[in-house]
Amino acid sequence: MADLHVELVAADRNVWSGEAHLVVARTKSGDIGIMANHEPLLGVLQSGPVTIRTSEGGTVVAAVHGGFISFADNKLSILAEIAELAEEIDVDRAERALQRAKAESDENGERRAEVRLAAAAGAH
Amino acid sequence: MGAQIRVYKRRIRSVTATKKITKAMEMIAASRIIKAQRQVAASSPYADELTRAVTAVATGSNTRHPLTTEAEHPTRAAVLLITSDRGLAGGYSSNAIKAAERLTERLRAEGKEVDSYVVGRKAVAYFAFRERRVTESWTGFSDNPSYADAKAVAAPLIASVLAETEQGGVDELHIVFTEFVSMMTQNPVDRRLLPLSLKRDGESQDAAGPAKTEALPLFEFEPSAEGVLDALLPRYVESRVYNALLQAAASEHAARRRAMKSATDNAEDLIKSLTRLANAARQADITQEISEIVGGASALADASAGSD
Repeated sequence: MADLHVELVAADRNVWSGEAHLVVARTKSGDIGIMANHEPLLGVLQSGPVTIRTSEGGTVVAAVHGGFISFADNKLSILAEIAELAEEIDVDRAERALQRAKAESDENGERRAEVRLAAAAGAH
Repeated sequence: MGAQIRVYKRRIRSVTATKKITKAMEMIAASRIIKAQRQVAASSPYADELTRAVTAVATGSNTRHPLTTEAEHPTRAAVLLITSDRGLAGGYSSNAIKAAERLTERLRAEGKEVDSYVVGRKAVAYFAFRERRVTESWTGFSDNPSYADAKAVAAPLIASVLAETEQGGVDELHIVFTEFVSMMTQNPVDRRLLPLSLKRDGESQDAAGPAKTEALPLFEFEPSAEGVLDALLPRYVESRVYNALLQAAASEHAARRRAMKSATDNAEDLIKSLTRLANAARQADITQEISEIVGGASALADASAGSD
């Protein structure tokens, strides 16, 4: 199966890069799955988990808060201001953040915490 | 001990104390340059990809967007100046300020009003002393900027670019910062961020940017070219501001290291010449004492010889 090269970059660091055969991300108009030889695409992402099925058969899940996805020449880049791999996420902290956000009815904070938890749950 | 030597000894002690301080500052700055350089490197993949994406949208679609189209008669421009919060960095801040003044002068000559946005206490003080108006200023993070700082700086800039000119909006956005070339070389530079000038991109963007000559494929946009551009350009400005802040921070540390190194060297020279002077004074004291003793002894001898 043909593979595509994925770069997941946050504003201040390179989060993950490698070969994959499928990447699923959430754009403004719904989830999108990208495999090798997809047509060039540039999309706006919503906060959500991004799932990468690597060539080795593993799965990488990351929580991405806003950003873009761009695909061309079998190179996929996901740009996000903030991106965290599932294993980097502190579930307890995210849960506390969720409680706090709910208490303060802070919608953005709630969404961020939910995305984190979803990504962390997806990896385990 | 003669009074002269005591004065020299005191000065040597005080210069030695100063030298210790400058040496410590030199070493702190040197260790921070490495960290700052690493941050610049860590932020460049994001900036590169973003630049590529912006170039792709801007060339691959016929969208007209306030952030990409040149105003027919630009009348206002915003200049963002990045300096340091603290001094003792040689000419670092004043060189950046001078570069900003040259740019402001040029823009005024082209008939544009200039709004100044400044980062760093040094620039704030410069404008305050001359009683010049600053549209907005930020301080407190010049030596270690975070992405959140860059967002805070970029937000009013983006807002004023998007606003209509009559309501205080600007047609152009320039940024003046000190580019980090190497440990020994940092240049104050001015860059026009907006409107994007794609022809100039190849040379005007940072060296970190990828070559813009590669043919770009035709993209499919999701949700639409306008939607993507709307979301992309603020991020682009933020990442450019972030990159400029990081480079400025690295340059600030490098400038401070160099300034402190020459201060330490000067202190060493001063200590050396003061030690020479103190030695000469001590020698002169001894010589004088001997000649006094010899003179005294011979006077005694003369007196006893006369009484016989």
